[in-house]
Amino acid sequence: MKFRGLLVGLLLLSLVLSACGGGGTPTPAAKPFRIAVVMPSATTDMAFSQSMWNALKAVQTEMGGESALEIKYSENMFKVPDAAAAIRDYASQGFDIVIAHGSQYGASVQEIAKDFPNVTFAWGTDVNTFGLSNVYAYTAAAEEGGYVNGVLAARLTKSRLIGVTGPVEVGDAKTYIDGFVQGVASVDPAIQVAKTWTGSFSDVALMTEAAKTHIAAGADALTGSSQSVVGSIGAAKENGKVLWFGTQQDQASLAPELVVACQVYDWTGMLKEIIANRKAGKLGGDTFVLKLANGGLKIAYNPGYNLPAEVKAAGDAAIEGIKNGSIKVNP
Amino acid sequence: MNQLFSLTVIAGILTSAIRLATPYLYAAIGEAFAQTSGVVNLGVDGIMLVSGYAAFYVTLQTGNVWLGLLAAMLVGLLMGLLMSFISVTLKAEQGISGIGLYMFGLGLSSLLFKVMVGTVKTVSGFPALKLPLLGDLPVIGPIFFQHSLPVYGAFLLVPVAWWVLDRTTWGLQIKAVGQNPAAADSLGVNVDRVRYFSVCVGAILAGMAGASLSIALLNLFQENMTAGQGFIAVALVYFGGWKPLGIMGGALLFSTVNAFQLWMQVLGVKIPSDVAIMMPYLLTIVALAVTVSRARQPAALNKPFERGEN
Repeated sequence: MKFRGLLVGLLLLSLVLSACGGGGTPTPAAKPFRIAVVMPSATTDMAFSQSMWNALKAVQTEMGGESALEIKYSENMFKVPDAAAAIRDYASQGFDIVIAHGSQYGASVQEIAKDFPNVTFAWGTDVNTFGLSNVYAYTAAAEEGGYVNGVLAARLTKSRLIGVTGPVEVGDAKTYIDGFVQGVASVDPAIQVAKTWTGSFSDVALMTEAAKTHIAAGADALTGSSQSVVGSIGAAKENGKVLWFGTQQDQASLAPELVVACQVYDWTGMLKEIIANRKAGKLGGDTFVLKLANGGLKIAYNPGYNLPAEVKAAGDAAIEGIKNGSIKVNP
Repeated sequence: MNQLFSLTVIAGILTSAIRLATPYLYAAIGEAFAQTSGVVNLGVDGIMLVSGYAAFYVTLQTGNVWLGLLAAMLVGLLMGLLMSFISVTLKAEQGISGIGLYMFGLGLSSLLFKVMVGTVKTVSGFPALKLPLLGDLPVIGPIFFQHSLPVYGAFLLVPVAWWVLDRTTWGLQIKAVGQNPAAADSLGVNVDRVRYFSVCVGAILAGMAGASLSIALLNLFQENMTAGQGFIAVALVYFGGWKPLGIMGGALLFSTVNAFQLWMQVLGVKIPSDVAIMMPYLLTIVALAVTVSRARQPAALNKPFERGEN
């Protein structure tokens, strides 16, 4: 019993100490800029979370490393209460910017941002800043890259059946796929696009089976969204001839001979603007949309895939058309 | 709609179902061993993740899928020993320690993956193996007899597990310990040892479930790639009445409906995707409600045994 009491006492002591720990300010030269990010999946997910992580690391390198920009992250926060606790924690620890990287975190950000008016919050993917002056909202016009991928896929498919392996029919997964379908239709409306939804962002086994089902039905090109598409890419690789079109992240490394092109989310421009704004005294209130035109979205052609010149030209034309407004893609 | 009942589609559905059912079979039959002896192990998903990672990593480094499978089984054994120690020796609350084990497995597999591999990559796993003669049968051949070894293993496990539980002394001891540990103890059966054995067998099988994912069916590893399949496996134990055959029935029902709804979506059947996704779960619940089953859970399930206390 005595031992248990001692254990409890030590536990309480350590909790109290860790709560007190955040306040002290060391004096040295320049205090690093501090950003914290809360993500629903892993930094290595080859999709949504990794795109933000890569951008943060790139900005950190550009600013001069850890001493200039401190980054703290909480990943795999797919449960909203856990994420809310992490967001509140980071805000109370005096981080300059807290990024809530997940559309499910909206309600939490709305509540927490009010309690910490001096902290900048950025959340996505959404466009709602809740009328709060310390909240930024960000999203990606994923339908644009979807359209370009659709154009490429439509020109490369020989079976004239394309498969889409989707996760949950929401957010940028849905808009990407809607754009993709429009892109295919712009080349030839007679090409069939079949869509499946697995109901999960992380169920790789079911996503793999969905991809195999498309392939068995005759599809020779696949696309899809979420981290679980690594399963679809694996299925394409096993088949050996099915082409892959990706989004959110450059997925060429998974199947260098079969990945044709990927839409890449590049958050660095947005991050730099938010940091600059904060240094100038502006804490929030804007909405950012990644687009092809502003460099937030990029189409990464896979050099390892032998893309015929006229197909690439069609893809480039689509990119230009979207940038200059002559092609309108509906989200 | 007619397309849905064409031969290609039915063959496709059945082939998918067999593949999808494989990890559930390993994990659920393993869990049935543990539960029959009286221990609930909710950490199955965590074991699947760490073992799946181990199988993936060893296969990636050595190129040998058998070493990978062995690694998965070894890691499963270690996790099983941990769970047994906590549940049987320390007599902790099994539900909570199981969840703790799940979170430990999720975190450990993610950490090891990040530090040792860093980015998702594919691996050359068990190839599809066409069985001689059987694999050449028209129609049936491609559906049933052209899978990889771990898939065949999962289905072979069903009669083997049935035989061990129903026809051997071990099985009798496991069941006795799960129904009435005090009586078993009085007859000289070492309750703790039997429970350790059952939980470890369950964990080794959960490890094989993880390996079937990472080096046979999906041929890659990604953090949290099981996405809760281990918990569905635990549910299948209840559905199957703690019997390997019932578990196979449940796993196949769930997987077949899942494969069916995927084909429905591919063929463009006009049904909201949410309804399609819901179908396997819905039908499993309906099946459970409709089948009158006299299977009752092991009487001593989730109750730690202390000699002299009961």
